[in-house]
Amino acid sequence: MQAAFPLVFAALLFCVGVFGVLSRRNAVLVLMSVELMLAAVTINLVTFGLLAADRGDVVLTGQIFALFVLAIGAAEVGVGLAIILLLYRNRATVNIDDADLMKY
Amino acid sequence: MDPDVTAFDWFALAPELTLLATALIVLVVEPFLGPARTKWVNPVAVVGVLATLVWVVLLAVDGTDRSSFGEMFVVDAYALLFKVFFLGTALFVLLLSYRYFQEIRTYQGEYYFLVLSAFLGMLLMPSARDLVMVFIALELVSVPGFVMAGLRKFDLRSNEGAMKFFLIGVLSVAVLLFGLSIVYGYTGTTNLAGIAEGLAGLEDEPLVLASMLFVIVGFGFKISAVPFHFWAPDTYEGSPIPVTAFLSVASKAAGFAGLLQVCFVAFEPLADVWAPVLGVIAVLTMTLGNLTALQQRNIVRLFAFSSVAHAGYMIVPFGLVRPGEADVNSQAFTAVLLYLLAYSVMNIGAFAVVTAVARRHPGRQTSDYAGLGQRSPGLATALTMFLLSLGGVPPLVGLWAKFFVFTAAVNAGTAFTYFLAAAVVVNSVIAMFYYLSIARTMWMDAPAVPDPIRPGLALNFTIAALAVVALAVGIYPEAFAGFADASTLIAAGP
Repeated sequence: MQAAFPLVFAALLFCVGVFGVLSRRNAVLVLMSVELMLAAVTINLVTFGLLAADRGDVVLTGQIFALFVLAIGAAEVGVGLAIILLLYRNRATVNIDDADLMKY
Repeated sequence: MDPDVTAFDWFALAPELTLLATALIVLVVEPFLGPARTKWVNPVAVVGVLATLVWVVLLAVDGTDRSSFGEMFVVDAYALLFKVFFLGTALFVLLLSYRYFQEIRTYQGEYYFLVLSAFLGMLLMPSARDLVMVFIALELVSVPGFVMAGLRKFDLRSNEGAMKFFLIGVLSVAVLLFGLSIVYGYTGTTNLAGIAEGLAGLEDEPLVLASMLFVIVGFGFKISAVPFHFWAPDTYEGSPIPVTAFLSVASKAAGFAGLLQVCFVAFEPLADVWAPVLGVIAVLTMTLGNLTALQQRNIVRLFAFSSVAHAGYMIVPFGLVRPGEADVNSQAFTAVLLYLLAYSVMNIGAFAVVTAVARRHPGRQTSDYAGLGQRSPGLATALTMFLLSLGGVPPLVGLWAKFFVFTAAVNAGTAFTYFLAAAVVVNSVIAMFYYLSIARTMWMDAPAVPDPIRPGLALNFTIAALAVVALAVGIYPEAFAGFADASTLIAAGP
């Protein structure tokens, strides 16, 4: 199997995610960027899982790991949106630079 | 590699199943109790934790090593020691929460459900011998933590603390997972011992080294190591105080348990690469934590930076590890374990006193502690003991914790480890400044208000029990050093 394409794609997707986390100020967009990073992880896992299957691994560890990453990622988004919503209700903004009540 | 994956051992899983059942009962039972009796949710949770503890003790008495789900879930001496430790922490966190959450009138059933879920993740963590399990356990600890940090819904600081904790938490998990996925790609297995076999001989692969860096960064956020610590003070300040105690002790300990398993078992062959990195992180963490703590006027932020510094002491032994040297490694391993146990006793104790004082002084400033020695001599004595113990003064438990880290560093016997040992000593001295300044405020300054603090039965019991433990273990460290036998993970490793 030709593994280079999905792996390079995943690495690029991960970099886009990291860039989004660092540059975006809107909490929802930061959350979306993190989801891009998790998607990159999923692609990696599935690709490596297929490579392992080529070598005769019958357990499909990579694919199962990917399922867990998806499920727990969804749970995280649920909690995260709730927190963002709470912040929005109390402050009428989702800009993370405005959350600066506490500093050194 | 493929033992029967479907076979599982009900007895080995009994503690986790009991705690899960308790969590669900707590969640469901609260609406039926009615508003006047929601305070009974806490005793129900306490009973559940005690029942779980009984199962763990039965497993310890039984003494055989058990495993389930094809070696993914293992019960051995190391796992049992951590389980007892986490359940003890759970009991104290519940006692701390009892009155606090009655008074802020939040949803008690939900809160206790979240606490118990997080502790379920902690019970799974030391038993996990597989990357998938480590990941699930870590998330089961973190995700309830995000919600718990934001429980004071109408407090802007609580919102903000939860927000920062959440964003940093998911970011660190994504980075960690990317590292783990590459490790899986190279070794073709997620079993920790299998990874160690697969990694041997890959020292020169740049991608393997990069993935290890990802994993260390991911765990670095969880244990609030410098430079990944900046969320910790804000989250600790914003959270309800019992939750802060939970985050600074239990959640951090779970991160350390995961890091111990991943570093000492899976990544052991490449220790030459990551040990110096963690050693430098350790020195940075304790120095920056202590220096920033010196300037704090808010007691919770002060303890937050103090807990960052203590994470630094606990990372020191990681810097000593060398591939294949079982003596040095098992001594380092034991030092981390013992430090975690000692740190949790004194830190929960300190937060119990802070919880008690915050009932009367919600501002949580260090100046609120002026004259506490005249107002409530018992509380002030206990807090002084916890502070001195955190600072490492004999004859308290904190001294022995530092002593084990120090001897492990000296015995490892290279220039770098001597440097680490010296850093521990210098930092202990710096830390004494702020610990003693609080003690001075309590005993020397005149009180602003004369009335005594009334912590209530649950808090009084917690504070007294932890103070007795801190003193007793300090005087008889043999009891404490007996836990060294639990470093079986090294022997089980390659």
